[in-house]
Amino acid sequence: MTAPPSPPSVLTEAPVPPMGTGGFLRWAWRQLTSMRTALILLFALAVASIPGSILPQRGTNPLLVDEWIAEQPTLGPIMDSLGFFDVYGAPWFAAIYLLLFISLIGCVLPRVGVHWKALRSQPPAAPRHLNRMSEFTEQQVSIPPVELIDEQAERLRRGRWRVRTGSTEDAVWLSAEKGYLRETGNLVFHLALVLVLIAVAVGGLFGWRGNVIVKEGSGFSNTLTQYDAWGGGRLATADTIPPFAFTLDDFAVEFERSEAQRGSPRLFEATVDLQREPAGPVVRESIEVNFPISIAGTKVFLVGHGYAPSFIVRDSTGAVVLDDDIVFLPQDGNFTSTGVIKVPDSSPQLGFQGIFLPTSALDDIRGPHSAFPDADDPSVFLSAWEGDLGLDSGVPQSIYSLETEQMEQIGLRALIPGQAWEFPGGEIEFTGWQRWASFQIAFDPGKEAALAASILAMVGLTVSLFTRRRRLWVKARPAASGSSLVEVAGLAKSEAGDVAEDVAQVRSSLNEDERRDRP
Amino acid sequence: MTTGTGGMALAEASNAFIYATMLTLTIAMVFFAASFASGRRPSTAKVAAQASAAGTGSDSGPIAVLDRPDGSSSLDAGRRLANIGMSLTWLATGLLTIALVLRGLWAGRVPWGNMYEFSISSAWGVLVVFLAMSLRRDLRWLGLFVVIPALLTLGLSVTVLYTEAAQLVPALKSYWLVIHVSAAIVCAGAFTVAASSAGLSLVQSRREASGRVWGGPMASMPSAERLQTFTSRIIAFAFPVWTFSVIAGAIWAENAWGRYWGWDPKETWAFITWVVYAAYLHARSTAGWRGNKASWIAIVGLVTFLINYFGVNIFVNSLHSYAGL
Repeated sequence: MTAPPSPPSVLTEAPVPPMGTGGFLRWAWRQLTSMRTALILLFALAVASIPGSILPQRGTNPLLVDEWIAEQPTLGPIMDSLGFFDVYGAPWFAAIYLLLFISLIGCVLPRVGVHWKALRSQPPAAPRHLNRMSEFTEQQVSIPPVELIDEQAERLRRGRWRVRTGSTEDAVWLSAEKGYLRETGNLVFHLALVLVLIAVAVGGLFGWRGNVIVKEGSGFSNTLTQYDAWGGGRLATADTIPPFAFTLDDFAVEFERSEAQRGSPRLFEATVDLQREPAGPVVRESIEVNFPISIAGTKVFLVGHGYAPSFIVRDSTGAVVLDDDIVFLPQDGNFTSTGVIKVPDSSPQLGFQGIFLPTSALDDIRGPHSAFPDADDPSVFLSAWEGDLGLDSGVPQSIYSLETEQMEQIGLRALIPGQAWEFPGGEIEFTGWQRWASFQIAFDPGKEAALAASILAMVGLTVSLFTRRRRLWVKARPAASGSSLVEVAGLAKSEAGDVAEDVAQVRSSLNEDERRDRP
Repeated sequence: MTTGTGGMALAEASNAFIYATMLTLTIAMVFFAASFASGRRPSTAKVAAQASAAGTGSDSGPIAVLDRPDGSSSLDAGRRLANIGMSLTWLATGLLTIALVLRGLWAGRVPWGNMYEFSISSAWGVLVVFLAMSLRRDLRWLGLFVVIPALLTLGLSVTVLYTEAAQLVPALKSYWLVIHVSAAIVCAGAFTVAASSAGLSLVQSRREASGRVWGGPMASMPSAERLQTFTSRIIAFAFPVWTFSVIAGAIWAENAWGRYWGWDPKETWAFITWVVYAAYLHARSTAGWRGNKASWIAIVGLVTFLINYFGVNIFVNSLHSYAGL
């Protein structure tokens, strides 16, 4: 830049970064900690949160994410790499909230210092011209100035005003301020938000959460390998995973059968045989929605359920190549469920895409679907494929999707329990169904701190928003025969500060004094 | 269903009271609309002009100066019409309260178990927030813009959202339902009233900026600045309540689903609403944002709340999908 140094003018106030590293950093810091930046970051945070509520997220629904990506082979992986299926863990999301918090700290910390000083200092002296204030009245009172100001100071102090008195050559004055709690609450609120973030971070770093689907009659032991999905923080260690185990003995569900809200769930209850320690006794416990069980700081929650139809597959020689209950995932409120049966041990390999209908219904628009969530009239629609399942390709596969590129469809069939379908390469028998329940098992060492900090934030916020900061001045000049000419003025220092009421109170107390004083 | 025919009578009585509420509100709306349309009142407009010239002085709207009239002679037609509207709104709120109590008695629990019940409760929240605030200041000017959203909510409730089931889904069987949802209902009311007054402030602000002194309905409204202050006060009240509702929801979520915050769509949109209203409060203390921009944020805030309510309940697969539709 060769431009000559410009004379001091309003132009120098324009937000242009100054030259030099130090100057630039100071400029950048001022920008970051400005209210305007906080506003923009708040908007950015709100907007950045939206995709996570529309797209399936790994944190809440990893299975749906896999399906979504499988359905969108080009777009899916790109969005995945950009973090759209884990928005709230994505670097760009973190960047926004970390900047917001840096901005917050940069804004709030200096204000703590300023407020600390304000708390320890007296209100400023009364200005010369009180009539310029938004609230101003004037009247004559038959009490001498010094006595009047003393009385008012006393009254205001009782009303928890901070009062300073003084005098000039022609007047006695008092200056009062109230509502310091507004800023105190405001600062507490913002600093408590920082504590919330720290507590969430502690929970995120040291905590872990796992999801597991357990079929009726099957067991679960709390080790990492048993989970369908397990997510731990960077500092989560295996020794915070308590070694309990349980068997899902029974999963009871009830659905509304009357006309209104037909199909709404009315009861979910998982009965488990729980072993809290490896060699401990087995106790029967029940896990319900809203009623988790707690084991050594870890909680086990019931979060979902579904059906696992049972199949036996035989190859052309009649040998059993599969005999299992296959977990199908519910697709709608009536538990129309889809799943995949993979039979790698037959030759050629077999694969089935299935739709399980707990209460079968068929129409032209929706095709086969379930009309009620309970298993009143179960059936399964199967599409059979033979060829290469692609399990050896090295690419991990979802157990809920079938790679059909190297397979050939050999037929479609609907089965009810007990029915079998014979096809050229073998036979599949639909033998019945079981329920499965999905559990979330979670450990979060930061949650108590997060709660405490949230409550602190809320208290600070409430105190701040419900406190009005305002100043009052009373100035008395001697008038004829021992009376005073009194000026009362008020100034609201905060948005909701309504000082008219305070000024009116001073007036009415002056009038009372006046009446009392009058013979 | 455990309720017998006697129980059904309670539900039917509740429905009858809902219809009575809607009828009363409709008449109230007509009176408020007539008052609004009667437009410019010279005396009031003069006071408004003086008040706005004096800056942010007293907080009660300019009409408050004329509140508690000492003689009917000072009441012009528009004000009389608005008074009838206010009385009818009180009556409607009483009827709606009875409807909710009957619904609760019938169901044997708080009447917040599905979207129909939550919607009529929200309409109640809108009316109660409005009436509670009207006790301290003259809010007749706002009546029309509170009765309309309340009526729309009730209309939507009885036509689209109506459901008969009495029992709760298992996820809702918790005392946190009472705590979490009651706070949300208050917020629904307050955010709606705030958005109404924010919208009015935008119209008023355009009118003021045009420089011409329009006659017409808006002339009798408080100045844009007063409307903005009014909006900010409601939000300053509602924001901590919303914060509480979110925290209570988080505690419940921890108990029900194993995490206090899981970015479920409902939680996400609750967070978005929170952030938008936080932005509103910051905008109010940022130069250049205090006025119309802040009013727009207040409206966006209500939009995010409604997206959360209708969008997430009905269209999104969320843990919170309790619509009962």
